[in-house]
Amino acid sequence: MNVEQVKQWMQLFSAEIEKNKDYLSQLDTDIGDGDHGNNMARGVKAVEAGLAKDQPTDLAQTFKSIAMSLISKVGGASGPLYGTAFLEMAKAAKDDENDLPALLQAAAAGVAKRGGAKVGDKTMVDVWLPAAADAKQGQLNDAVIDKLVAATKPLRALKGRASYLGERSIGHLDPGAVSTGMLLKTLLQATK
Amino acid sequence: MKKILNDPSDLVPEMMAGMVASYPQYVRLIPDTTAVVRNDKAFTEKHEPRVGVVSGGGSGHEPLHAGFVGLGMLTAAVAGQVFTSPTPDQIYEAIKAANQGRGVLLIIKNYSGDVMNFDMAKDLAGIDDIPVESIVVDDDVAVEDSLYTQGRRGVAGTVFVEKIVGAAAEAGADLKTLVQLGKDVIAQTKTIGVALHAATVPEVGHPGFELGPDEMEYGVGIHNEPGYKREKMVPSAQLAKELLGKIGDQFPGGLADKSFAVLVNGFGATPLGEQFIFANDVLHQLGEAQATAAFTKVGNYVTSLDMTGLSLTLLQLTDKHWLPYLNAPAATIGWGDTRNER
Repeated sequence: MNVEQVKQWMQLFSAEIEKNKDYLSQLDTDIGDGDHGNNMARGVKAVEAGLAKDQPTDLAQTFKSIAMSLISKVGGASGPLYGTAFLEMAKAAKDDENDLPALLQAAAAGVAKRGGAKVGDKTMVDVWLPAAADAKQGQLNDAVIDKLVAATKPLRALKGRASYLGERSIGHLDPGAVSTGMLLKTLLQATK
Repeated sequence: MKKILNDPSDLVPEMMAGMVASYPQYVRLIPDTTAVVRNDKAFTEKHEPRVGVVSGGGSGHEPLHAGFVGLGMLTAAVAGQVFTSPTPDQIYEAIKAANQGRGVLLIIKNYSGDVMNFDMAKDLAGIDDIPVESIVVDDDVAVEDSLYTQGRRGVAGTVFVEKIVGAAAEAGADLKTLVQLGKDVIAQTKTIGVALHAATVPEVGHPGFELGPDEMEYGVGIHNEPGYKREKMVPSAQLAKELLGKIGDQFPGGLADKSFAVLVNGFGATPLGEQFIFANDVLHQLGEAQATAAFTKVGNYVTSLDMTGLSLTLLQLTDKHWLPYLNAPAATIGWGDTRNER
């Protein structure tokens, strides 16, 4: 992965979020506080502005710029989670690591640690951890990602605001898992 | 919706600007943030360094948290958007402003967003070698504390934690001592709330939920989170009995022969007179239960915008130092200036 590909990735992700803003907020209205689409839209806009301003030249700086934009503009729980994913990639990239599976591994582990969630808790970790493992095996593709996202639907939430709904969280997709799916699919598009 | 506002999206910066303009003797804004830090002479002039105490969270709960910044309570506080956690970059600025070289303690209310944003700020401060520790307040006994939820929410009891920890920091306690003190106080703090009318978030424009003209919601959260039951209105004395019963169940052996600090907290649109009527019933029933109210506060401390209703907090005073800390001099917008009391 190189800087140009990351920029391309962010453009694709931004367009995808913008297109699905209302859908993400609706998912979040069902089991959360209804602001996921708007928060993410604010975040990706800040990412593009930040990259244009920072003009990063290496991978680590690029990831750090993205992380700081997300951290300072998204808010809620998604801001620190997505911010951590990119901050961890920035740290991993520092050691001249530009191998995609290794970067994804670092991001996924960071997200899981930040939120304290395990696979099966009905959070974005349900997508991050298995997807990173699949990437390592060279088996990450759109169909795999869609399957991971869809698998959050029948689960009962054990973390985050949706956990207060108990049984009533069953039957809804997790909004963070859905936006993570978008992030990973646009990554595959940008790096193919 | 009728609100005294300009643009709803400017609510937080304009509110913070108004606070510091009205009370410069207590607080000033940290540049380019919606966070405030102490501005009293005891802090701004040369003084013995103390551990900084920083809190924050979503707005809409005023005077919490910025209203408790000042001598004897918080060193700095960060305000997020309405009902939304502040971001790590702003919390980090507050940590730097509060640090006097002895580290900083973060007081966080237990919501996943708040916990994560404060944790990230802690990581950022670690890069600067500022020692930062945190404690998480989870006093709301209306929701179950189980492995299957985020755990109990942090609500009005946070004020007692901020007062006691702030007083101990002022007295010179070190970071490690303050962490333990905060955890011990949180373990003995229990709160339950009731709503007669839900709050209206300005950017949403309508109440978070609808209650019938004769209904009340028991166990409501401070962000319009639903409670554990909805029933017909009852007289104040009966309400006091229900809430004291629910809280009493949380203390092993019940309320008898125990000493408490009591907080009757208005949610924003409850007349103070009604809060005193309720406080009178609570204090009377505590007496009947052979319990002692060693310290009492009544008023709007942790509000929920324009919610009508109130919460009751009991803190069991299991340590002899806690009552003196509650009574120790403080000077903040929300707690008042108690330097000349007693």
